[in-house]
Amino acid sequence: MSFISVNKLWKEYGDQVVLENLNLEVEQGEFCTLVGASGCGKSTFLKMLLGQEVQTRGELLLEGDTFPAEPDRNRGIVFQRYSVFPHLTVRQNVLMGLELEQKPILGKLFGSARAEALEKVDDMLELVGLGPSANKWPHELSGGMQQRLAIAQSLIMRPRVLLLDEPFGALDPGIRKDMHELLLRLWREIGITIFMVTHDLHEGFYLGTRLLVFDKLRNDPHAPNAYGATITYDLPIGQTDEHLLRDIDQSVTNTARNQAA
Amino acid sequence: MRLINRTPGRLTATALGVLPFVILLLIYGAASQQRLADNPNDKLLPGLEQMTAAVDRMAFQEDRRSGDYLMWVDTLASLERLGMGVGVAALMALVVGLANGVLPLVRANLAPLVSALSMVPPLAILPILFIVFGLGELSKVMLIVIGTAPIMMRDVAQRVSELPGEQLIKIQTLGANSWQVVTRMALPQVLPRLIDAVRLSLGPAWLFLIAAEAIASTEGLGYRIFLVRRYLAMDVILPYVIWITLLAIVIDQCLRLANRRLFPWYNAGGH
Repeated sequence: MSFISVNKLWKEYGDQVVLENLNLEVEQGEFCTLVGASGCGKSTFLKMLLGQEVQTRGELLLEGDTFPAEPDRNRGIVFQRYSVFPHLTVRQNVLMGLELEQKPILGKLFGSARAEALEKVDDMLELVGLGPSANKWPHELSGGMQQRLAIAQSLIMRPRVLLLDEPFGALDPGIRKDMHELLLRLWREIGITIFMVTHDLHEGFYLGTRLLVFDKLRNDPHAPNAYGATITYDLPIGQTDEHLLRDIDQSVTNTARNQAA
Repeated sequence: MRLINRTPGRLTATALGVLPFVILLLIYGAASQQRLADNPNDKLLPGLEQMTAAVDRMAFQEDRRSGDYLMWVDTLASLERLGMGVGVAALMALVVGLANGVLPLVRANLAPLVSALSMVPPLAILPILFIVFGLGELSKVMLIVIGTAPIMMRDVAQRVSELPGEQLIKIQTLGANSWQVVTRMALPQVLPRLIDAVRLSLGPAWLFLIAAEAIASTEGLGYRIFLVRRYLAMDVILPYVIWITLLAIVIDQCLRLANRRLFPWYNAGGH
């Protein structure tokens, strides 16, 4: 049995078909990048993995069990923005998850329990390179630093799956490269399963072990919503070449034009 | 240079700000002087001399009948009512607003009622309050509560729903239960906004306070103004109005400073 299995999954909003007949098996520890034109359901698929959306038809299984219908501590998320809490310092942001877990009513740790938790927090901050900024407020951090914080905040919970929704979309190219290195390092060290949605095809080709291209097989120019997207390419990274990249780029761009028309 | 791009320097800005006050004072002074020259016993536009005498009488000399320093007794009584009313209203706003903002089931249940209540003109139900709660302190405090709480409730609920949806998802992925979502995410972020809401509500709160005191009271700033109106005692009314204005400014600025001190992240653009 695979870690995550998707069987004949459909997602529709009224007449609009977003995803059709999605099939996928993912093993534990894989790093999947999801690319595709906007409106091709990659974010919707991520939301289903997160528990924020429920499929219309088909199965979505985590080790053979149906995914819980609301977000929980087993699935971490990093959004493009607003993932961290502005009213907590960097340290408190990362500490929050541990506090919530150990104190259902108070939601705060005190004394030695807090000191113990803070040690873990500081290790995690060190790991993502935020050690020197531990006592800053999030608004004092740059965009890249905020995303580091959001990642640390999720990882301290040791989730089974880490979901990233265009996490580096708002960052400068140079910073983005640093973040790629960080993410790959964390993934190798922790061995967590990652799904990352990105707009950037090259980012998808570079990061991770597996590239999933969401695209429409059929396009009706008069009814752009009639057909949904599915996974058109499922490629192990490393076996890709420039020629294939151009092909995929072409196809995705065509779909994007059709969507916009 | 376009007018919209012309900004005053520090000194000019201060001068421009002070100017309207000076003009008002000058106009009043001239008008008062002229009337007093025509009739030294004129009551309508008292001069500075008469007003300081009145303040001295009200604030620094014992009242001949009761032995109290009336202005301080009035101030204390009014501030007590105002504080109680606004405090209770803010507390109610926090509880109801948070519940409405965070829990869809409660929102479906309570939000229409809160919206309807906030449309009731509070002064229209003042007689009901007097009938139900009597003419004592309770009815005056209740008027302030009823007048300010529903709007603050709506404001708090609105602020909670303005928190990014991403945060709500994020805290759930950190394992939070509903109670923790309220106490660790919504409440701390809504507190500075509640203080802002209180600052805005203080205007209406003063209005309701003075209205209630004018109708049924034995002391209070509003009571005194409406009492001495019978003798056309502008020399008391004007200083009282200025005093109320000063109190309002001081309270407002204290709240603003408290907000800055208590929530550094909020005022530095961290939201």
